[in-house]
Amino acid sequence: MAATLSPPRILPSGDSAITVEFSRNIDDAANQRVLALDRTLANEPVAGITETVPTYRSLLVHYDPVRIDFETLGEKLVALAQRPVPAAAKTRRWRIPVVYGGEHGIDLEDVARTLKTTPEDIVARHVAGDYRVAMIGFTPGWSYLSGLEKFLHMPRRQNPRLLTPAGTISIGGVQTGVQCLAGPSGWHLLGRTAVRTYQLHRDPTFLLEPGDRVKFSPVDAKTFAEQDRAAAGGEIVAELMAS
Amino acid sequence: MSKLVVSTIGPASSVQDGGRHGAQRYGLTPSGAMDPLALAAANTLAGNGAFDAAIEIGPFGAAFTAREGTVRVALSGAPRSADIAGRSVAWDSSTTLADGETLTLGFARGGAFSYLAIEGGIAGEPVFGSLAVNARAGLGSPYPRPLQAGDELQTRAASGAAERRIELPAVAEGAIRVVMGPQDDEFGEEAKALFFDSEWKISATSDRMGYRLEGPVIKHLHGHNIVSDGTVNGSIQVPGNGAPIVLMPDRGTSGGYPKIATLMTADLGRFAQTPAGKGFRFRAVTMAEAQAEARKFAKLLRTLPDRLRGIENFDLNIEALRDANVAGSAVSAVDACTWQAPSADVLARD
Repeated sequence: MAATLSPPRILPSGDSAITVEFSRNIDDAANQRVLALDRTLANEPVAGITETVPTYRSLLVHYDPVRIDFETLGEKLVALAQRPVPAAAKTRRWRIPVVYGGEHGIDLEDVARTLKTTPEDIVARHVAGDYRVAMIGFTPGWSYLSGLEKFLHMPRRQNPRLLTPAGTISIGGVQTGVQCLAGPSGWHLLGRTAVRTYQLHRDPTFLLEPGDRVKFSPVDAKTFAEQDRAAAGGEIVAELMAS
Repeated sequence: MSKLVVSTIGPASSVQDGGRHGAQRYGLTPSGAMDPLALAAANTLAGNGAFDAAIEIGPFGAAFTAREGTVRVALSGAPRSADIAGRSVAWDSSTTLADGETLTLGFARGGAFSYLAIEGGIAGEPVFGSLAVNARAGLGSPYPRPLQAGDELQTRAASGAAERRIELPAVAEGAIRVVMGPQDDEFGEEAKALFFDSEWKISATSDRMGYRLEGPVIKHLHGHNIVSDGTVNGSIQVPGNGAPIVLMPDRGTSGGYPKIATLMTADLGRFAQTPAGKGFRFRAVTMAEAQAEARKFAKLLRTLPDRLRGIENFDLNIEALRDANVAGSAVSAVDACTWQAPSADVLARD
């Protein structure tokens, strides 16, 4: 790894948070640096930092201005962020089962038409991808994955849907994602998984961590229904692969 | 155990506390009180921890009845008329309900949210250390949703402690203070000048996720799409239509609209209490000023117990308060019932 990493931008998010910005774009190298700084702060806590929130391109650092001020923390973060990016201690690899198309993925046919190919080809391409959890945000467990092949990049829908199902697997822009709770979305819905990335009273409550790797595997509707019942009872149903 | 039964209640009322911290990295928003100082004041009066769970009451009136024992409660936040069986209760003070007695509260005046704390707190099962209601995530205890008539909050019997009032500093007047950024460079000088020189109003379609602002259109330099990054309470994001939205405690943890500025911590509660339709302005302050104010605010929260006073010295003011209560009941209830309409554009933008 190069010894001279460029300094991130230190942007104030009010008087109690700093956005450490590595890039303005969705950029895999920037996301690696976000996750690396996040790990560094977990391993070597800085007094006054209360919570960190990784996103694609920046790390949001919440802090208590009674304990540390903006200038001091900003300088510290710049220094820590320019350390060489260490390899992640261990990367977890998940296999997430997905039922594609039909009632479970109502946009699959349209996506295929728009991209001038078949639904089968879309599914094959989506399944072939090796994805990384770039960030989790917006609503509990909503996991944004990087690594979507360029062929599948599509602008978001003009009119976001106000309600999309729990477990939706979708694509939007250069990303794909696993949505946990039912809710609004402007992405294209390819399928559903029974996996709950967030489930109260289950250990762990949140399944995926930023930095985890994810692959999708297709299942039929009957298997989805069985897995959905099992997942409702607290089973994880996602498979942790040997890395 | 005693319990406090919700006899009547309006929308936008729920159990809230200091919020649920540490899981924003998983998309779980903190929630918590819209006006942290008012929550802390009510709890301090009730003898609780400053950020224990209490009832956050939206702009409409409400009534609560003690059952199976006495219940000591305390009121702070947006003032309202308050009485128990025709006996007027002073604001910013504690009072005790005998078994079967009902406390009746009017509309919020000069604010939006009031807090009713219960001595001994509210019995419930915390998730991530909090009972705060986050309806979209199905979180909150004892009810994972806004309160409804008939709901019962379990608590302990009143201790018989002497009633107290609390002397709070006068609420700061004038512009809501903000720190520029994190994406103020997405806006030109003209847009920034317009933002600070204009009078704004809170739209009636605001809710605990975000307050939409009515005023001029704020234009972006390079369009309204940025790559999503993290949000905080008080982030002022500007979506494609140029109408800013101030993110509140039930916000999404990340957002993809440029954020022109961020409310300073000490002004979050004051802003949350701005009644729908009342004009206000923003003023930019330096980071040093905002952090000095944040430290002062933290000290105020820590030293609230020093501001408790015996109730006996209060007689002189009761008449004045009663007059005030009668004077202005329905000021801020305008369109209050729309406060929980879904915010599609807050919601649908990832």
